[in-house]
Amino acid sequence: MVERKKKGDVWTLMSFVILALYGLFLIYPLIRLLVESVTKDGGFTLEYFAKFFSNSYYGETLLHSFLLSISATLVSLVLGVPLAYFYNMYEIKGRNLIQIIIILCCMSAPFIGAYAWVQLRGNNGIITQFIARIIGHKPPSIYGFRGIVLVLALQLYPLVFMLVSGALKNVDSSLLEAAQNMGVGGVRRFFKMIIPLCMPTILAAALLVFMRAFADYGTPLLIGRGYQTFPVIIYNEYFGETGTDHNFAAAVSVIAIVITAIIFLFQKWASNRFAFNMNALHPIQRKPAKGLKNVLIHAYTYIIVFLAFMPQMYVMYCSFRKTSGKIFVDGYDMGSYQKVARDLPLEIKNTFLIGLLALAAVVLLAILIAYLVVRRRSKLNDTIDTASMIPYIIPGSVVGIALVVAFNRQPMVLTGTMFIMVVALCIRRIPYTIRSSVAVLQQIPITVEEAAISLGCSRMKAFFKATVPMMRNGILSGAILSWVTIITELSTGVILYNRKTITLTLAIYAQVTRGSDGPAAALATILNVLTISSMLIFMRVSKNKDITF
Amino acid sequence: MSVDIRIDHVVKKYGNNTVIPDLSVDIRQGEFFTLLGPSGCGKTTLLRMIAGFNSIEGGSVYFNDKRVNDLDPSRRNIGMVFQNYAIFPHLSVRNNVAFGLKERRLPRAEIAAQTDKFMKLMHIDEYADRMPDRLSGGQQQRVALARALVIQPDVLLMDEPLSNLDAKLRVEMRTVIKEIQNSVGITTVYVTHDQEEAMAVSDRIAVMNLGVIQQIGTPKALYQRPANLFVASFIGRTNILQGRMTMTGGQPVLTLEGGYSVPLNHVLPDCRQDAPVQVSVRPEEFVISPDGEGIRARIDDSVFLGLNTHYFVTTREGVKAEIVQESQIDSILPKGLEVSLAVKKEKINVLTADGARNILEGVQNDITEG
Repeated sequence: MVERKKKGDVWTLMSFVILALYGLFLIYPLIRLLVESVTKDGGFTLEYFAKFFSNSYYGETLLHSFLLSISATLVSLVLGVPLAYFYNMYEIKGRNLIQIIIILCCMSAPFIGAYAWVQLRGNNGIITQFIARIIGHKPPSIYGFRGIVLVLALQLYPLVFMLVSGALKNVDSSLLEAAQNMGVGGVRRFFKMIIPLCMPTILAAALLVFMRAFADYGTPLLIGRGYQTFPVIIYNEYFGETGTDHNFAAAVSVIAIVITAIIFLFQKWASNRFAFNMNALHPIQRKPAKGLKNVLIHAYTYIIVFLAFMPQMYVMYCSFRKTSGKIFVDGYDMGSYQKVARDLPLEIKNTFLIGLLALAAVVLLAILIAYLVVRRRSKLNDTIDTASMIPYIIPGSVVGIALVVAFNRQPMVLTGTMFIMVVALCIRRIPYTIRSSVAVLQQIPITVEEAAISLGCSRMKAFFKATVPMMRNGILSGAILSWVTIITELSTGVILYNRKTITLTLAIYAQVTRGSDGPAAALATILNVLTISSMLIFMRVSKNKDITF
Repeated sequence: MSVDIRIDHVVKKYGNNTVIPDLSVDIRQGEFFTLLGPSGCGKTTLLRMIAGFNSIEGGSVYFNDKRVNDLDPSRRNIGMVFQNYAIFPHLSVRNNVAFGLKERRLPRAEIAAQTDKFMKLMHIDEYADRMPDRLSGGQQQRVALARALVIQPDVLLMDEPLSNLDAKLRVEMRTVIKEIQNSVGITTVYVTHDQEEAMAVSDRIAVMNLGVIQQIGTPKALYQRPANLFVASFIGRTNILQGRMTMTGGQPVLTLEGGYSVPLNHVLPDCRQDAPVQVSVRPEEFVISPDGEGIRARIDDSVFLGLNTHYFVTTREGVKAEIVQESQIDSILPKGLEVSLAVKKEKINVLTADGARNILEGVQNDITEG
């Protein structure tokens, strides 16, 4: 460990600057949010919390959110873990294509999936009509609880798949051979070996899925049909058409943070109980399965992947259909694209400008913070480490509201600017990017930096000349993933955007809520093309295909 | 320009944990000096204090007469070779070697000439344009050495440079390191926990334990006249026997198990008195005879290793010992046989009862006092 001689060096200054940024853009807004939630007419009150807990309607939404998130998490695990197991243990035809599709699925904005499922299985959806024609009456409705769980699970199981695949790559094949030697094979091997070995990862994946499901705003809105959830209430109380109550929205946000914090701590506790280290000397070799088993494995994989990708394909297909007014009619044309063409340049410009600015800030901050946390352990930097994890547990819409509460007043009026959109995206993305940068940096031996110093480099120079080049691949692949998540971000942006700062994702959302299906499909297709190209670049750049979220 | 290094009462603490309480040593100009000790003895810590990567909580480190405590590692003009080589993976072999010269902003032509010279010297010139991930461990080690030497450092520091290599390559590389050090003539401080490696390369060795230097001397001195029990058992293999020294007519006599006694000729004057002692007898310092004078013991097992044959024995009083004999053409002594063990009295070492001190004359110990 390089120890510092003089107290006031450049890195110490850096620690203070970063801490100040966190203070201003994260802690201050959260404190304002808290103040807002307990203030009425300038005095202290717990009225809003009382309102929440005394009205069964709100308690019910809380219950809804929990039920939804837990169900979606369980279904995602049930779909994703076996898929990862099959994918990594057996030869499956078209595995590269499958991987690309799976990644694409979890990269697209969830509400697009919800929107497409409405088109497919809604009251007048094509699948609904198809089934009705066969069985003679309408199948059960997709709206409500079941629909939300379906959409969320299909949207989120790819996360489980990718995390568990990463864990399986660290399982040494000799472990499985040893198990087989002792008579544990087949299905028993899956439950007795694979599940326990991947438990830490499965728990991490469960948390990630739960948090996303809990914070998701677009899906329940589009497919919920009155099945109210937490984020929807927050949004309605803040921006709803009737009877908004900002203080009450703040109170609900505070409750949301408390709940996610509890879940987060519970997951930490649970995963500590299962924590162990693995490193495969001999990674598992994929084997072809035989006979019926092979057919079933292929069928399972293809069906699951197809179900997840179907909405996106359908949206792309819809974008070329002819429209009349707001509804689709027979025939194909580029009408939908023509309709969105007028505003498209601004939306694309905003998407790129806001996205790239946020990306640059996130990557730079993440590298610096990773360095401070890994190489300069101190109380100050531990504080930064903790602060950097806070956004992880704050739902996107709450980030948005906290920023509005803090920055729509003097002395800093930032609402409506592009700057605040950039800040919001930074806050949302930074915990993930820091985690992956820290992981990369921890694998780089400090001696490389020391070698550079002993050869005459200053400390700062040694970091940038020896360590940063070694981090480059990791940084770059992390950056592209961040980029994809940034351009598909909805829940924070929807609170902060206006006519001038609208991005592609927000424009799709605006079209969907307006009921303009054609233009929404066209914009979604354009966004998909952007996402796909980013992913292809990622595949090119990243040497290892493990993806960190 | 090679320097001498003077380490004067240095102290190293991590928080409240003192790793090196008070350590002084002089390393001579151009010398190959090794810090040897078990893991956790503070040898790497000391090396990194010389390099400047560890802070110094007390005392001073001098290069010649210049105090370097507060000199940044980048200004100390040291060449350092790391345990994991620390080759820059994003630079070719040539650029790795040239890194320090570029940092010193030498003229381009000189950088090229010096780089070529040292790559030739280390026999890596044929890999000059390869990337490090396509080099073997031994080749990477050569690159690390060339990179450290090309800047013409005042001091070469090596931290367990061979521990990641396989046994055969380790022997090969230690010869390479020794030869290079001889031809460049640079003051070298080398850290290892492998006593055989230390003996093979060093001019002098400092044996360390728990942050304290136990003995400093040539490999021969350490092996033949260890200063205390720790050195005796850490360097090479040895058997520790309990005995008693008595003065018989002004002549010290050592009595071992079973009343076997040998006169001792080299006992230090101030130690000539009746006292219990510990005796260090190396496996090759025993002489086995079927029936002569000596400690009676039974053979438990034998291992034939070509040049030598090792015998494992238990004495009548139940002490286990190991004996090495040059292999004979006739048969190996069978298990269960009772034999007599005599000792080579000029070679064995006699220590105080607590093992803290060798009471024989001729112990070399260059520890700087006071």
